[in-house]
Amino acid sequence: MLALETDRLTKDYAVGFWRRRPYRALDGLSLQVEAGEVFGLLGPNGAGKTTTLKLLMELIYPTSGRIAILGHPPGHPEVRRRAGFLPEAPYFYDYLTAEELLSYFAGLFGLRDGARRARVAALLDLVGIGGERRLALRKCSKGMLQRVGLAQALLNEPDLVFLDEPMSGLDPLGRRDVRAIVLGLRDRGCTVVFSSHILSDAEALCSRVGILVGGRLVAAGRLSDMLAFEVEGWELVMAGLDEAALGALGSRVRRATPLGGGRYAIELPPVDDPDCAVAGLRARGGRLVSLNPMRATLEDYFVRQVEARAGGPAAGRTVPER
Amino acid sequence: MARVVGLVAYHVFKESVRDKVLYNLVLFAVLLIGGSYLVGQLTAGQDIKIIKDLGLAASSLFGLFIAVFIGVGLVWKEVDRRSVYNLLVKPVRRHEFILGKFLGLALTLLVNIAVMAAALYAVLALMSWLRPEIGRAGGVEAPVLDPRLLKAFGLLYAQLLVVTSVALFFSTFAGPLMSAAFTFGLYVVGHFNEDLAHFEDVVQSPAAGWLGKALYYLLPNLAPFDVKLAAVHGREVPNLYCALTAGYGLLYIAAMLALAVVIFQRRDFK
Repeated sequence: MLALETDRLTKDYAVGFWRRRPYRALDGLSLQVEAGEVFGLLGPNGAGKTTTLKLLMELIYPTSGRIAILGHPPGHPEVRRRAGFLPEAPYFYDYLTAEELLSYFAGLFGLRDGARRARVAALLDLVGIGGERRLALRKCSKGMLQRVGLAQALLNEPDLVFLDEPMSGLDPLGRRDVRAIVLGLRDRGCTVVFSSHILSDAEALCSRVGILVGGRLVAAGRLSDMLAFEVEGWELVMAGLDEAALGALGSRVRRATPLGGGRYAIELPPVDDPDCAVAGLRARGGRLVSLNPMRATLEDYFVRQVEARAGGPAAGRTVPER
Repeated sequence: MARVVGLVAYHVFKESVRDKVLYNLVLFAVLLIGGSYLVGQLTAGQDIKIIKDLGLAASSLFGLFIAVFIGVGLVWKEVDRRSVYNLLVKPVRRHEFILGKFLGLALTLLVNIAVMAAALYAVLALMSWLRPEIGRAGGVEAPVLDPRLLKAFGLLYAQLLVVTSVALFFSTFAGPLMSAAFTFGLYVVGHFNEDLAHFEDVVQSPAAGWLGKALYYLLPNLAPFDVKLAAVHGREVPNLYCALTAGYGLLYIAAMLALAVVIFQRRDFK
């Protein structure tokens, strides 16, 4: 079952002061997200990630195209009831505390008194806000606001949640917590769609990703399909080596980088037997520090896609006049 | 719908309380008591009339500042600070948001006007207790604690609601500076609106006459809400007049809110 489907979704903004002309922020996005999956919307700054999420939440209206969320158009009461949204760098009312804010929003979902208090307390615990819950939001750090933002997105126990840059402003501990929350949501069957340009997060969390560049979807699919998981080479770090010892490996070395103190990082091709190379270097006085297989990362794939499109037709994006 | 509108309205009121908007009441009380003391020193026989005048004028001025300065930020601030992103993705429809914002400020103004009216009556009572002779002084046509003052406060409140609806309307598409300028402009024009109805009598061009007529119907007519003079002089303000004026105000508010909703409904939050 599809949790989200977009069909040729396009958004133009009018730009310019005197002579208004359309600027295409999103160009024909067709996307399908299955219920229960964690989908990452990736792309460099200005790629159209936030525009996409705002269109899905009906904070902006599409120029053309169609959206179905949980089988309904965006803005449908059922969507508002069952979906959650964390905007990028969320801002909340200064005069409220985290507890009061969540209580306000819980009231909008029809939660009353005891149920409301229990839900608010549980969510604040979940996102790791302790005594600060009674602190005015104007006094909260960026990381804390991000946590409050995440909590308010989960108030209605959503079936589908959209997170715009959920790791933004968080320290490593906060990022670890958010990862755990996202995985928890997935485990209870909630569909998660999040945008990010932190690729390691996407790699750790997503079952599928879509890559947006210049407002266009340039790649989408399972990570396992996008990335070749076979070994692309070996990286070994050896200590106690000199130039002569390295020279003995001859053309087998793809690259050797001196790390100082007689240590070298050495790249070997995938066909080479690393044990053989290590044995050869040990015989010349070297000591093995580490040996790792080299695999293509999402970052490699992402960079290739972005670079390939950098000069392509999607870049620029002022809509040509007909 | 009522629950959602009520929650939004309650939080507008809560924000104004926490942002210390109601502190203006302290300033009002100081102004009124200080003014009354000075009046007592300087005037003879006209004390009560001047205190009533001062109280109503100060209520009008303070109310106007609250209506305009909070009104122009009601929607704009939410959009500018992007807090609207969190609200409008919840089960809150855009027209409920607009209505809730308006009612929240209406509640703030109601509390303000009620407290200011109570303060004026308290000062009047105090004055007549300290100096019983002023109630019997020549030139005072109305009783000191004249209940007809309440009609003036009531119509002042209705006028402020019209101003609030205008401020909120501008707030849906313009920044606070421009909205405040437009709202103050309309407030001033609104007090001379009657002249536009008879514009054709003083201009040669029929087109200009029609334009005057159109503007008369389009712009808010605020002069009928101002019955301060009648109240101070103890002249009767008929109930029917009050009801018709309040009815006009209600219609104007409904039209302004409807326009605000139409604009806000299609607005992109970039």
